[in-house]
Parts: sequence; structure tokens; C-alpha cells
Amino acid sequence: MKIGVVTFPGSLDDRDAARAVRAVGAESVALWHGDSDLHGVDAVILPGGFSYGDYLRCGAISRFAPVMSSIIDKAKAGMPVLGICNGFQVLCESHLLPGALTRNHELHFLCSDQRLKIENNSTAWTSEFEVGQEIVIPLKNGEGSFQCDDSTLARLEGEGLVVARYVGKDPNGSRNLIAGITNEGGNIVGLMPHPEHAIDPLTGPSADGLGFFTSIITQMVSK
Amino acid sequence: MAKIVVDVMLKPEILDPQGQAVGAALPRLGFTFAKAVRQGKRFEIEIDGEATDAVLAEVSKAAETLLANPVIETFNVRVEK
Amino acid sequence: MSLDTVAIASTTPERTQPFAELGLKPDEYQRIREILGRRPSSSELAMYSVMWSEHCSYKSSKVHLRQFGEKAPKTDALLVGIGENAGVVDVGQGYAVTFKIESHNHPSFVEPYQGAATGVGGIVRDILTMGARPIAVMDPLRFGAADAADTRRVLPGVVAGIGGYGNCLGLPNIGGEVVFDETYAGNPLVNALCVGVMRHDEIKLAKATGVGNLVVLFGAKTGGDGIGGVSVLASETFGEGGSTKRPSVQVGDPFTEKVLIECSLEIFAEDLVVGIQDLGGAGLSCATSELASAGTGGMQVALDDVPLRDPSLSPEEILMSESQERMCAIVEPSKIARFLEICKKWDVSATVIGEVTDSDRLIITWHGETIVDVPPRTVAHEGPVYNRPFVKPEYVDRLNAQKLSLPMPKTAAEVRSAVLELMSSPNMADKSWITSQYDKYVQGNTIQAQPEDSGMIRVDESTQLGIAISTDANASWSYLNPYEGAKLALAEAARNIATAGAKPLAVTNCLNFGSPEDPGVMWQFAETVRGLADGCLEMGLPVTGGNVSFYNQTGDVAILPTPVIGVLGVIQDVTARTPMAFDRAGLDLYLLGETREDLAGSEWAYMHHQRGGNAPQANLQLEMRLIETLLEGQSIFEAAHDLSQGGLAASLSEMVLRHNVGATISLGDDVAVALLSETPGRVVVAVEKQNVDALQTIAQKYDIALSKIGVTGGTSLTINDADIALDDLRTAYVDTIPRLFG
Repeated sequence: MKIGVVTFPGSLDDRDAARAVRAVGAESVALWHGDSDLHGVDAVILPGGFSYGDYLRCGAISRFAPVMSSIIDKAKAGMPVLGICNGFQVLCESHLLPGALTRNHELHFLCSDQRLKIENNSTAWTSEFEVGQEIVIPLKNGEGSFQCDDSTLARLEGEGLVVARYVGKDPNGSRNLIAGITNEGGNIVGLMPHPEHAIDPLTGPSADGLGFFTSIITQMVSK
Repeated sequence: MAKIVVDVMLKPEILDPQGQAVGAALPRLGFTFAKAVRQGKRFEIEIDGEATDAVLAEVSKAAETLLANPVIETFNVRVEK
Repeated sequence: MSLDTVAIASTTPERTQPFAELGLKPDEYQRIREILGRRPSSSELAMYSVMWSEHCSYKSSKVHLRQFGEKAPKTDALLVGIGENAGVVDVGQGYAVTFKIESHNHPSFVEPYQGAATGVGGIVRDILTMGARPIAVMDPLRFGAADAADTRRVLPGVVAGIGGYGNCLGLPNIGGEVVFDETYAGNPLVNALCVGVMRHDEIKLAKATGVGNLVVLFGAKTGGDGIGGVSVLASETFGEGGSTKRPSVQVGDPFTEKVLIECSLEIFAEDLVVGIQDLGGAGLSCATSELASAGTGGMQVALDDVPLRDPSLSPEEILMSESQERMCAIVEPSKIARFLEICKKWDVSATVIGEVTDSDRLIITWHGETIVDVPPRTVAHEGPVYNRPFVKPEYVDRLNAQKLSLPMPKTAAEVRSAVLELMSSPNMADKSWITSQYDKYVQGNTIQAQPEDSGMIRVDESTQLGIAISTDANASWSYLNPYEGAKLALAEAARNIATAGAKPLAVTNCLNFGSPEDPGVMWQFAETVRGLADGCLEMGLPVTGGNVSFYNQTGDVAILPTPVIGVLGVIQDVTARTPMAFDRAGLDLYLLGETREDLAGSEWAYMHHQRGGNAPQANLQLEMRLIETLLEGQSIFEAAHDLSQGGLAASLSEMVLRHNVGATISLGDDVAVALLSETPGRVVVAVEKQNVDALQTIAQKYDIALSKIGVTGGTSLTINDADIALDDLRTAYVDTIPRLFG
């Protein structure tokens, strides 16, 4: 089972995503932004960080990287892709997911142990969770406010495309407290909080994040 | 030589916390004129030759593809005299 | 203005030069003329002026800092000592850890965001240039009164700058402190620490060796940032009441530094550099002269090959520019192609600007004309050395003789009220509003971060080897007795390492003082360094390097002497670390160490506007035995938290609020002293009942006083008959900082 983790200039949590992939027994493959070859991976993770320094807009420049044209093609054909934080931003800028991530409503970078409710466990990345299950994983960003127009919001909610929602105090002003969404096919998931930093209570608030990574392994095994 | 300016603003319905923060700061400094403040971006693009319609059309395409995110932003393109 | 070359300088000795405007004293200017045998060219004058400034040359502090070398304890752990960009310590299993703390005080007053941001950038490059991957940062910060208007201006910008730069670099912020005191009004202290890790054989040094090797400048392009920043900002005080100095400050770009880090580490991994130096204060002047001086002696540089962001810069300005995110490497010709290839991969600009020569001069040309021809050692390492006069100021004895007259809570209501007042005061209050602006998780190896006693990072995922760092200072004690104050801060930082179960190994320091031209300040400095050196020798902890920040004063009012001491320690198994707070009921709470009436210089005294009295006497033998107790008892401690500012009241409050588990405490009659005294050498520990015997045995073995103070559990902090509901305590604790700065 090979899972590609992309490194853009400025990616930060790529090594942490790779660690999480290894922790569940899969092989992590480093994918360089400038290389359009995906090296036969079964799934791709777009990690957190400040790719291109968040110049112009978060993820706005990364989305045009050579590796992204291959990923976009494969994702449209059903390959599982998980975009975490900056990765979620790249997915939205690429139009693989609707909406956009904007500045946190209180204007500060916020790092906190965030409670989430999983609302959709039919995606490639959340099948190991129960619907309604609450988890705690780190949230750490300055631009995590999910915004979209009313019709998009109605569609996301109506079609059950919201994957995770913030529980408790609103951390960033996201519409309907949306923390993560998926596409109709359920193979592309964007998530603002960081499951790769909750794989071991030694270094994170819990091991709740492992579920995202065990889900993809289970999904791929069953194919 | 010409200068083309692209102004990018968040769509009116999108939350603009930076604009709000500026709007809140103004009266604290004694400026009471503002009813509302929204914050945007301005791109200044220098080109050789004249700003023909063809060139402006290209700039608009670039604005739609890169300079602005049409999901949440609007833009306008003009030539600066 | 036409170019002033060496040739012209040789033939126009009578030309007057603006040495005073550049910060040089008349005798220093004369010395330059003597060294060169002629007047300096304007480029040479620029170089000497920045390199001989206080910030770069340490001219007022060198004679005292020598003690760190003279009194250095014998230790095998030190791989690289004072003199390099940062010290390097052996932590076992083939790993070497480099760490250092630096100041960026004056720039942060002028432009809080960029001042703090570039402070982080600078210290990170110092760590990178040793060959290490930076793995964490910490920031001890000091501001004026929390409710002062200027603090409202400075603090949010500083915090945003530290977060903005450090988060983008992918460095977890694992500790530090925020202290408010009127003494820092107009002179905030922004100290930045960075720690990095590498294998022993990856250590890099800053020297230019090998004739014919190439000098390569890589990283950001050079612009007009911070021209004169070093010599103008850090070596002069701010005028009282006059217009604020706003010279060009440095502006940082963390993305550029992030790719620079990754690019450099790949270059190091392929062993492509012979020597490397980062460009910090004094930019190219510093990098070229230091590399040449530490190396085989000669270097030739073509300054017009430096890639510029601003083509209008003069050679003098290029030499003085403090544009950020630049490094200078010495590369063998056979390796340059690969070096440049890696830079291209990361889109990092890299240019060969010169080569190492077999002369003993640093020669810099501009379009073929020689504009600098100097012996590099005179610029970099043989600058002026001052033995400034120091005299014990008259305030000291007067202050020490002052009797304190403090309210001493006695009744339940008074105790309750005192605890709530203490914990809601800005210095003691919860700092989450600040620390949540920092990423503490990135890199996935953070074992503990603020508000724990120390920051801890796992170094090896398979063996669980880890390191811990703490920074501490107590300006109130240093003010009363700078010699003892330094020892006490050292002891506190070491104690904070040990409570988690890590063994202290090495020391860094950031010494923040007023003007060295004031004999009273110089006395504070001399006493502080003497105390720190003596303390380090006694505790067997070598000073690996550090930073001196002078001229922190407005007019002739200096800040309280504020030596910040950083201690690094090692822990063999991070999974066995002891957290600061208990998470369940039914544990016994014990106090290790004796309490005496030590209220002078305490938080309680500060809150009541009384600064006088006598600082406690440091007892480093006892502190060392306490550290042994903490290390040996690690397996039986469920929690261990040291006592410092705010005494037992603060430590207990912090412990109960951490996991929302209360405690019932019995303190006897002299409850005020028990709660508020700040006697050093004390730790609160929580143990299971069945481990009490073991605890008593260990305490006895190391002759540390031990007293049971209570038990954990419940929804209150109960002290004798004073009952403080956790909800009330929490409200008092968490409201203050967001109310002031949110």
C-alpha cells in the first residue's frame, strides 16, 4: 500500500503525514512538487504548511505545480486524496473541492486541541469512524475559515458532504462550523485540523487521528 | 509602456475580518467617518507597449485564473493613466 | 558620490570621515588608521563601524565573559564551545544538540512584528549554520506594565511576529515566558532561543580554509534592510522624550528561510561545504571578516557579484545591509556544481562572490577597484576591548536595608483573596492567548511545551531519547543582588529541567542590561557574569555561548538587570517524563525543600510596589542534591512542579487548573509565608500513597527537607480553611490577558 505525500516549497507537516502513514503499516512515498510522476501510489496526501509562504492566497500557487496536474486527473478518476490544512486549501484552489479557506475571524493564528464531530464515514478517509463520533485533534492555522456561497452550503449539507464539524467554541468563523468536506465520490477529503499530529498521546492530544489513516488502508485493502 | 491595475476584493457576502478590524480601529483613533470598511488587494502590472483590448482580455483571464479566487473574490481590471 | 577606493584613501589622508555618525569613537577611528597605516576607505570605515559596534564586538563585555572559559567546568559533553555561532553538546547515541539564545530588543520596540520575526529568523540561522536541523524555538519576553498603552502597541506585534515567522518555518514553540514590569517600558526584551539536532560528524564551523575554495553567497537577495541597524540601534540608547529613532529595520520572509533551511540541510548531507556562516548583524561585513579571520587568513571578494534587490545600493550599503535569510559558504571548486544544483532545486539564489586566498588580508573589489584591504582579524576578532569602570551603586545597600511591609493573609477570606489576586495578576495569569498563536506540534516530536516547566523534544523515535530546555530570569533578585541573582536564575532553569526527569547538561544566556557606560550598570553586569560563571562551575554546567544586549535604557534610566539563563538537559526516555500536574484524585502532595521568609523581590512584593530587601542566598549544593532527588525519584513522581515567582500559591494553582483536579492543603499557622515566599530550591511532587516510603528514602539520601502538604482531589483548591472553587480560580486566571490584549 503506497501513499504519496507531496512536498511543496514551504510544506511543513509532510514528514508528520509520512510518519502517520508508516504508523499504520503503509509505505510512504515522497512526491516532489516539480515531478508530475506519481510513482504508482494508491492515494495521495497534501500536507499542512505554508507552501509558497501563503503568497497571493494559501495554496494558490501550489495548485499549479506539475504534481498537481497528475493528482487532479487521478482524483477525478477516483484516486483517494486527503488535503490537510494547507492541503485542503490547495484542493479548494484546484476546484477539486468547493468553497475556499479564508482568514480566521479573530485574525490570529490559532493552535489548539480541537474537538470535532465526524459526520460522514462513507469517505475513503473516514470509514473507520462512527457517524457522530467525537475526536480531539490539533487545529493550527491562520486561514481556516471555510467560506462558500449559500447554494454550495445547501448542497454540502443536503448531500451529506460535510465530513467533520467543530464542536464547542467556533475557532475560526467557518460557515456552519465546517472543519472538513468531501466530494460526491467520497474519495477527496479536505480537513483543516491535523490528524497526523494525533497519532500518539505522547506527542499529541490523543491518538484519534489514526482513524483517517487506518481508513484508507482498509479502503484500499478491500478494493 | 503602460500600467494595468487589477483590484481584487472579497465578494460582499464573504466574511472580511481584516476589514472589520480596521473598521473597529478607526474610531479608536478618533476617525468617525467610516460606516464600513472592506480590505482588498491591488496588483500593478507593467507592460511594454500599449494596453490594447487584447492585452486587457489576457489580464482578465490571468486575474480569473490566478490573481483572484472567483469562489470568494471579484476583480476589476483598468489601465492607470 | 564617487567611489572611495583604497588607492584614493592612501593618497588623501586628510579627508574627514563621518566616523562619529557611524558610531565610532575618535580613539577607535585612530586605531583603524594605525592598523591600516592610512585612512580607511569609506567601505572599510563602514565595515569597522558595524563590526566594532557593541552588539557585534562585545567590546564592553569580553573582559567579563572570559570567565565562562576560565571557570569552565571539565566536561566531555561540550563538542563546540564559546566563540562559534552556537555551542554544541553531546547528548548521547551519536547526537549533538546545538542551542543558543539571542536578543532583538531595540528592533522590537521600533517595529514589533518585524523586530520579533527577524529575531527568530536570526537565531534559527545561527543554529542552521552549525549544521543542525532546527527543531524548536522558545521566547522569553518582557514588556512594560500590562495596562500601559505602549505595551498594547508592542506585545501583540511581537507575539504575531514570533508566530508568523516561527510557524512558517515549521518550528514548534515549546516554552518561554512573558513578564510585565514597568522597568521595561520603552525597552521591551525580546529574547529568542533556538535548538537544533544533528549527528556528531555533521557539525559545521565558520571558517574559510583551503586556498582556492570558493566563497558562495546564497539565500535572499541583498537590499537596503537595516542599514546601520546594528551600530545605530543596539549600541545606543533611546533619547528620552526626543523623536523616536526609526531607521530602516530588517524585514523578514520566513518562506525564504524555510527553503533555505531545506536547501542547506541537503547541501550539508552531501558534505559540500568546508565552512559556513550565516549573515546576521553586520551582514556581509561580518560573514566575510569572520570566515576569513577564523580560517587560513585570506579572502578575495568581488562585491559587485552580490545579487541585489535594489540596484541603487552603494558598496558601503551592501557591506552594511542586514537583509535577512542569507548564508555564506566556503565550497571546494569540485563541489560547486552540485552545490548550485541543489540551490536551483529549491529555487534559492546562489552566487560565487569570491575565493579563499593565501594572503592574510580580506580584499574586496567593486568593479575591479579595491575598496577594502584589511587584516580580517582586526575587524572580526580583535576589535576594541574595554575594561569599563564599574562601581557598586549607592542604591544597593539602601535597597537591601529596606524593610518590607506587606499584607500577610491570615484568615480564610484573606488567603482566598490573596490567591485570586495573585493568579489574576498579569505576570501570573494564564498566557494561552499568547501561546496559542504558536504552533507547538509541527515536526511531531513535542513531548511537552508551555505551560510545563520545560519544553521537551524527542530526538530519536526508536530509542525515545529526548532533550529538555528551560529559560529563566528574575530581574527583581538581580536588582537586589546581581551576583546571587545570576546563580538563582541558573538554579531555577536547571531545576525546571530536572522536574520533568531530564539531566541538565549545558547553559546559554542572554544578558540584558542598561548602558555599559554607566559604572553602576557595569557593576551589575560584572557581578552577574561572575555569579553565573561561579554558579556554572559549581554545578558542572558549561556555558556554550550566549548574547549580550546593552543599552536597554531610556535616557539614563536603565532596565533592571535581566540575565536570562537557558539550560539544556537530556532525558533517556521521554515516555518516562514527569508532567507538571496531577490528573487524578487520591495522590499525596509533598513539598521538597525548606521554606523560609523570602519575600524580598517576590511577586507578592512587586504587586505591592516594594522592591527592597535582600535576595535569597543561592545554595547550589542543595540545588544539585534536589536535582539528584528529582532524577532518582522520577519513576515514583506522578507530577513535579517547581516553585518560583508566586511561590507555593502559584505552583499549586497551576497544578490544580492544568487537569481540573483540586487539592486539599494544610500549611500550618504561618500560611502567608508558606504560600507567598519564594525560597529557592523547592518542588511540589505528587505520589501514590504506596510510594511515600520510597520518596522519604530518596529525600533522606540527598538530605532534602520533605513535608507532606496535602492530597489531590475535589473541585476546589482548599488551603487550611480557605476554600477556592476551581471555577473561581480559573476565571481569575484566564480572564486577564485576553481582556488586556484580545
